[in-house]
Amino acid sequence: MSKIAVTGDDAIAQAAKLVNPDVVAAYPITPQTIIVERFSDFVANGEVDTEFVCVESEHSAMSACIGASTAGGRVFTSSASAGLMLMFEIVQIASSSRTPIVCAIANRAISGPINIHGEQTDQLLFRDSGWISQFAETNQEAYDQTIMAFKIGEHPEVLLPVAVGIDGFILSHAIEGVEPVTKELVSDFLGGERKSTLRLDPDNPVSIGLLHLQDYYMEARAQVRDAQQRSKQIIIDTFKDWQKLTGREYNPIESYQIDDADYAFVTMGSGAGNARTAVDELRANGEKVGLIKVRVYRPWFGNEFSTLTKNIKGIISVERAHSFGSPGGILGQDVKSTLFDAKQTPYIAEYCYGLGGRDCLVKEWTEIYNRSIQGFNEGENLPYFWWGVRE
Amino acid sequence: MPDVLPTDVSDVEFKKWVAEKWGYKKLPMAGSTPAGTAKFFRTGDWAAKQPRLIVENCTSCYKCYFYCPDSAITMVAGEDGKAHPEFDMFYCKGCGVCAYECPGRKGEKAIIMEDLK
Repeated sequence: MSKIAVTGDDAIAQAAKLVNPDVVAAYPITPQTIIVERFSDFVANGEVDTEFVCVESEHSAMSACIGASTAGGRVFTSSASAGLMLMFEIVQIASSSRTPIVCAIANRAISGPINIHGEQTDQLLFRDSGWISQFAETNQEAYDQTIMAFKIGEHPEVLLPVAVGIDGFILSHAIEGVEPVTKELVSDFLGGERKSTLRLDPDNPVSIGLLHLQDYYMEARAQVRDAQQRSKQIIIDTFKDWQKLTGREYNPIESYQIDDADYAFVTMGSGAGNARTAVDELRANGEKVGLIKVRVYRPWFGNEFSTLTKNIKGIISVERAHSFGSPGGILGQDVKSTLFDAKQTPYIAEYCYGLGGRDCLVKEWTEIYNRSIQGFNEGENLPYFWWGVRE
Repeated sequence: MPDVLPTDVSDVEFKKWVAEKWGYKKLPMAGSTPAGTAKFFRTGDWAAKQPRLIVENCTSCYKCYFYCPDSAITMVAGEDGKAHPEFDMFYCKGCGVCAYECPGRKGEKAIIMEDLK
């Protein structure tokens, strides 16, 4: 099919339209993006069969989603930034109740100061919540990953909510070409309606979301832990199934020019685009540098990451997120703890960049590289550094 | 691992589950149980106080019955032929909402809270 020109928000809404969820519950006002606004158009026009619940807050949005998912529905929602913060109590319950829900997140900086521009810290706060957490680099990836998220989350071996992140404004409001798929393809891919085993059913009444005190809380949490581990294979299989249908290759951890690389950038989301161009420019000058893009952040694909980095001498971990008072970045901590088990630990430099939507140009990625290599050549890891902040 | 347990649950069976301390592989998914097991949970164990009825102050207004958060009050016909509260101490947590809401008769409460000894 010929490409369509859409924003990241629109791409996700179009993808959700093809999925035709049973229920979408969302709060419509800022920090919400155009994702659910566009989707509500589809509902109003009768283009989908979805029950659209326009709730009074994000807390209610996620609650309604859990209710709908517990009733056996296929469920979609969207939020960002402060909206996720308000949703956060219920976010935890979505995973512990084993209710698959797909939540598209236009990653935006969290308050304060108030700022609605691109930053991934909001979704990275999902880290410990039991959600499967993915990031997209382009609008095409956002489109594809939204559809795949339903299949991953609803798989009987997984049954977990899935977050798909796109960098706020950089993807959410920017137009790119997206190659669409057909409704029939999506329907075949998802295997028809959602089939749920644990659900609210008048003929077989159950209680879900019960009190678990000292005697059973750890066991209930261990079930989520195992579901996260099991989801790894399901994610890989789902990506392969999608590739068979569309020819577009997806991997949990992706790489560019890594085979003969001595050094590698590690990043997530749209920043990988500039990083890739920087790699090309540096390679043109004879630098042996590559790129590792983390598409699936949770569960963390440590083995896949280690395989890619086994011959790397220095890692440059660059993330559009921050954690105050921590020993490094949020992604950076996963990178470091994975490398700790490596036979030969590479040097590492960690950067925080682009908070609140600040640009980081290709030229700056090159500067980040040069600064890091200088440190590595002196035989040092570089301390965690906020790139581009004025003193 | 069953997704949910069988629906037909007795008090004895429920107590057995609690006592057996299952591992996470045996625990039904998300710790779900058949509906209605809360009726076997003795919340009355939490109580530090208990309500006492002073029947001559009761106007059978039913406020205590409607306000009780644990449905631990039933209205039962007394000697005067009118409905008065009866407290199920298996569930009563001794919260005192019934006594607080009780309008009583001429300013005298029909429910008072007493220390549970």
